[in-house]
Amino acid sequence: MSTRTDKIDELSARAADDAGVSLAAAAWRRLRRNPVFLAGAGIIVLFVVLAAAAPWLAPHDPSVPMLGDQVVKARNQIPAVQDGHPLGGDQNGRDLLSRLLLGSQQTLLVGVFATLIGLGGGLLLGTLAGALGGWVDTVVMRAVDVMLSIPGLLLAVSIGALFAQPNQYTVILAVAIVQIPIFARLLRGTMLAQRHSDHVLAARSLGVKQRAIVFRHMLPNSLGPVIVQATLVLAIAIIEAAALSFLGLGNPDDRIPEWGQMLGQAQTVIDSHPQLAFWPAGCIIVVALGFTLVGESLREALDPKSRR
Amino acid sequence: MALLEVRDLSVTFHRRGEKSTVAVDGVSFDVEPGQTVGLVGESGCGKSVTSLAIMGLLAKRGATVSGSAKFDGTELLTLSDRQMRDRRGRDLGMVFQDPLSSLNPVISIGLQVTEVLERHRGLSRKQAAVEAAELLDKVGIPDPKRRLTEYPHQLSGGMRQRALIAIALACRPRLLIADEPTTALDVTIQAQILALLAELVRETETALIMITHDLGVVAGLCDEVNVLYAGRVVERSGRHDLFRVPRHPYTHGLLASIPRLDAPKGERLSPIRGSVADNIPWTGGCAFAPRCPHAVDRCVETTPEMVVDQVVEGDRLLRCHNPVEPAGRAEQEMLS
Amino acid sequence: MLRYTIRRLLQLLVVVLVLSLLLFAWLRSLPGGPVSALLGERATAETRERLTEELGLNEPIFVQYLKFVGRALTGDFGVSTGVQPGDSAAEIFVQRFPATLELSILAIVIALAVGIPLGYLAARRRGGILDNLSVVSSLIGVAVPVFFLAFLLKQVFAVDLGWFPTAGRQAGGIDATRVTGFFVLDGLLTQEWDAAWDALRHLILPAIALASIPFSVVFRITRASVLDVVDEDYVRTAESKGLTSPVIRRRHVMRNAMLPVVTTIGLQTGALLAGAVLTEKVFAFPGIGQALALGFERRDYPVLLLLILCAAGVFVLINLLVDLSYAVIDPRIRTRGVR
Repeated sequence: MSTRTDKIDELSARAADDAGVSLAAAAWRRLRRNPVFLAGAGIIVLFVVLAAAAPWLAPHDPSVPMLGDQVVKARNQIPAVQDGHPLGGDQNGRDLLSRLLLGSQQTLLVGVFATLIGLGGGLLLGTLAGALGGWVDTVVMRAVDVMLSIPGLLLAVSIGALFAQPNQYTVILAVAIVQIPIFARLLRGTMLAQRHSDHVLAARSLGVKQRAIVFRHMLPNSLGPVIVQATLVLAIAIIEAAALSFLGLGNPDDRIPEWGQMLGQAQTVIDSHPQLAFWPAGCIIVVALGFTLVGESLREALDPKSRR
Repeated sequence: MALLEVRDLSVTFHRRGEKSTVAVDGVSFDVEPGQTVGLVGESGCGKSVTSLAIMGLLAKRGATVSGSAKFDGTELLTLSDRQMRDRRGRDLGMVFQDPLSSLNPVISIGLQVTEVLERHRGLSRKQAAVEAAELLDKVGIPDPKRRLTEYPHQLSGGMRQRALIAIALACRPRLLIADEPTTALDVTIQAQILALLAELVRETETALIMITHDLGVVAGLCDEVNVLYAGRVVERSGRHDLFRVPRHPYTHGLLASIPRLDAPKGERLSPIRGSVADNIPWTGGCAFAPRCPHAVDRCVETTPEMVVDQVVEGDRLLRCHNPVEPAGRAEQEMLS
Repeated sequence: MLRYTIRRLLQLLVVVLVLSLLLFAWLRSLPGGPVSALLGERATAETRERLTEELGLNEPIFVQYLKFVGRALTGDFGVSTGVQPGDSAAEIFVQRFPATLELSILAIVIALAVGIPLGYLAARRRGGILDNLSVVSSLIGVAVPVFFLAFLLKQVFAVDLGWFPTAGRQAGGIDATRVTGFFVLDGLLTQEWDAAWDALRHLILPAIALASIPFSVVFRITRASVLDVVDEDYVRTAESKGLTSPVIRRRHVMRNAMLPVVTTIGLQTGALLAGAVLTEKVFAFPGIGQALALGFERRDYPVLLLLILCAAGVFVLINLLVDLSYAVIDPRIRTRGVR
């Protein structure tokens, strides 16, 4: 466990060494010319636009069986590709394309909210520990260590199991809580590295108040690695939400579609109708790849060592 | 024939999306067997790149080397990678600046010495270990048998540099290149390492190229000194002459910027203005002109050539339109 | 070194203790609680009450916890209610652990055997076709949900092509002698070659799916680390000695570049344990992961508690081992303070 934590600490210390405005500007210059970043950003923009326009783009209502009562009566009669339904229907007879389009909304929301909650919690804990030090630091970090000792997905699943009736919010919560200790450790690491750095010492020697030092000097300089991690977590959250659905701990209410849920539910019919799994899986892979590409190129751009 | 003949050596670095930079721009010098030649200049003047080019240690991609470097009659720059590997460590040895980072942290000192013996002298591991202990002893490392089993981080800075020297001299190369070998060391250790180098090259009659920015090192060691500026040699002279009568304003500036304990009270140091960062290429004038207190109109109009100096006796070569006049006899005496 | 080891072992103990407390609390706050879990939703109020008393659930929570710890120390973690009803949780663990271990080891071996050489080659030909291709595929590897990859592999290589079995650890017709619980090893030990081969065939697809997680990381860390190391001064020193390329690669570049990779292996065991839950479910592979997946589906709390506790314990323990092995590889740590 300590190796894992050391690694996070090391990453944060390295990034905290030199951050700031000039670094951000230089990073942006490098990013603009990086094809990896551009590809990732392109994917994200495309899917955000699709999600925003989904209600108008979707040809059918994603919650209503496309052939009316016919299909509902004959369960597991999955409608094939036909006029007006370019991808066919799902196991409940609903238009697959429409479900995919609208599913992008829910999927992106799951990713964004899980990341925001994880980030918020981590920000709070990490800032407290890193800025105050002492026993606060000890208590918070011990708790974080214990949480990190459970492999991520297992923790998410354990939290997911706490809810008698899982829904989309419990899924988001389960995925988000797993991210809190990671963000906390990252932030605490960067803050700690800075507590003894020259610019913080200089500010302190000038009599700047503790709170001002934390918020004006330490936090802004910790943002680089946090932003990188957040981008990567967006991808992880979407994938883990799908894993929760796969394990039967996802949102059972499928009137509002979500890719992970669609993929999880498709497992029962995957042998006969693999397309029901392939389409949502493909979407998840492409979006997760988009976030990963952006995250990795951000990491590279912000890493002082890669600036050769 | 000299042991090493460098003629018109140039190195250009290319980087994607950036203008290529000329790091070494037509450097020529000779090294005779047993002779110690200094390459002096500020960091960035091209002295280290010159040595790496001779050793064939510049990255293949991104660097273009032209000109000639003949070692014992063999052109080094056109040798194949394999042929060059056979020469390095055997005929040509090199000692680097930072002894800690120049030693592999995860393998023992012993292996780092013996591997070069095994490679070039065909010794068995056992024979090599015996020889390695002798080598460490020769470079003044106490308790060599124990040191062989230790790792670089367990040695002091001076000991590490001694170990590096032992490695470089293991196969008795005829030419040793020392690239700022004392810069990373404490002052007291510096003198010891220099004395060791001087003793070893004298004993083994190894030719030595000493690369340094420290004129003190030059004064103690070199037979001949080449002062480099912006990738070119600007002045060449025997050691004593150079210190007594610096002719190039840059050399003069380097000497004048050394603090002296015996300087009269109240006398100010006179540093050279600007820095190497203000470099301009050697086209359409002298590269040193922007920083030169002696610059005249000609200096920014035509590029000075390397010519034999008419004022000072001996083999003084100079690249300057308006050299520093030799000072009065009294001042000369004081300086020497 | 010894003191360090002892300190780390004590830390491990604390983590496991705190974790058991948390898990115990978790168990108690699960929907329905253990009574419903045991009796189902339709039990009468009377039977519920009786069982509550029987299980000691009416006592204060810390008394319950202490009793639980007391029983746990004797190896009694309760009886499975859903995964293998009637078997003790400890029995299930002992039975299934070798399967998951076997699978994880093969997955790690695959990840290292492919990731390290590929990472080295990509770094040495930085910006080349191989580099770009493998970087992109490692990034895609991160984006593909493990269970979907497992599905794909199963569909293509087991169902469609029929090269590998679709599920389980051993074909039904094979009557193999059990020695260690590691089926491949058992087959080799008893010289039942067909059993060993069959067990290996069952492992390959799930191991490849599982290996996709550590592969991406091992590849990228190797590549980054090699890029760093080849620029180090000591590599230049090695070149200046005229050493041959293989010696420089092995002794000077890889020896140093492997240090961060070793660290990673420890971290990856966590991801492997989590990935095993998904992969083993797809391949109906009777290991810890499958038991966990089934446990969550059927709300088998005693089994879940023990298995999660063990997963965390194994994860922390392996990281301890990795840290210790680090000292063996890196003399700077081994000889700290010896000078």
